[in-house]
Amino acid sequence: MNIASVHMFSDVPLSWYLLLSAALFCLGVVGFLIKRNLITVFMSIELMLNGVNLSFVTFAHQWHAVKGQIFVFFVMMVAAAEAAVGLAIIIAVFRARSTLAVDRIDLMKL
Amino acid sequence: MHLVLFLIFAGFCLAGAINLLIQRHPITSALSLIVVMTSLAVLYLLLGAEFLAAAQVIVYAGAIMVLFTFVVMLLNASREERTLGSRAAAVLGFPAIVVILALIATVILHAQGLSTAAMREGITSTQDLSTVLFTNLLLPFEVTSVLILVAILGAVALARRGAGEGTEGQ
Repeated sequence: MNIASVHMFSDVPLSWYLLLSAALFCLGVVGFLIKRNLITVFMSIELMLNGVNLSFVTFAHQWHAVKGQIFVFFVMMVAAAEAAVGLAIIIAVFRARSTLAVDRIDLMKL
Repeated sequence: MHLVLFLIFAGFCLAGAINLLIQRHPITSALSLIVVMTSLAVLYLLLGAEFLAAAQVIVYAGAIMVLFTFVVMLLNASREERTLGSRAAAVLGFPAIVVILALIATVILHAQGLSTAAMREGITSTQDLSTVLFTNLLLPFEVTSVLILVAILGAVALARRGAGEGTEGQ
């Protein structure tokens, strides 16, 4: 089996996967803070979700527990729903304000 | 072999994520996010999660990112401009994020029983996953399908309402 043969040469410590996951999450937070386009801010949220998913899969692999993978499955489904609704909201906002810059969408700011 | 594949695709992941941050045009950011998600699918495969790798490619890199690119093209999103707010966020945010990343990294590296855990032989198969999903967790699964249905209806309602108001105004 092909995948099993890949696992024969396995010597990557799991902490590397967790470090990669933490790095992806932090890059998502940075993107959320510094990006000024509504769509790109939304993409940064997806990047954070992906980083968290990677650590779920890593822990599921470490403890041979299938629950972690199921968690990732549910996160994917919720992310799909969130993306559909969020992008519809972005379209509605663009229709109302004719801009995607987050600095100009400040109606609800004090 | 595993190490080489991990290094290659972890590098793709990080490069794509950093490219997402430094690109100014949303469509290039969307394309680099697709690179990140596809590389993550390969990493899931390395961790023995075949089903999730397939779902990652189909759901994330396929459906969600197609939605993103559609919206970017539909709204004709232009280059973003740097403002005072983004500069303040960059000045304050970068050191804070570096500190947070360092904290998480120290916790991970000092975690007991984790740094020595090499990859194991046994793979949790798709069959195990679906057995648990369709017996113990059947109710959450069905609730998720209702959630997706509601999300579809909500998205259609939100996207249509603006058009309806536009025709009423004419």
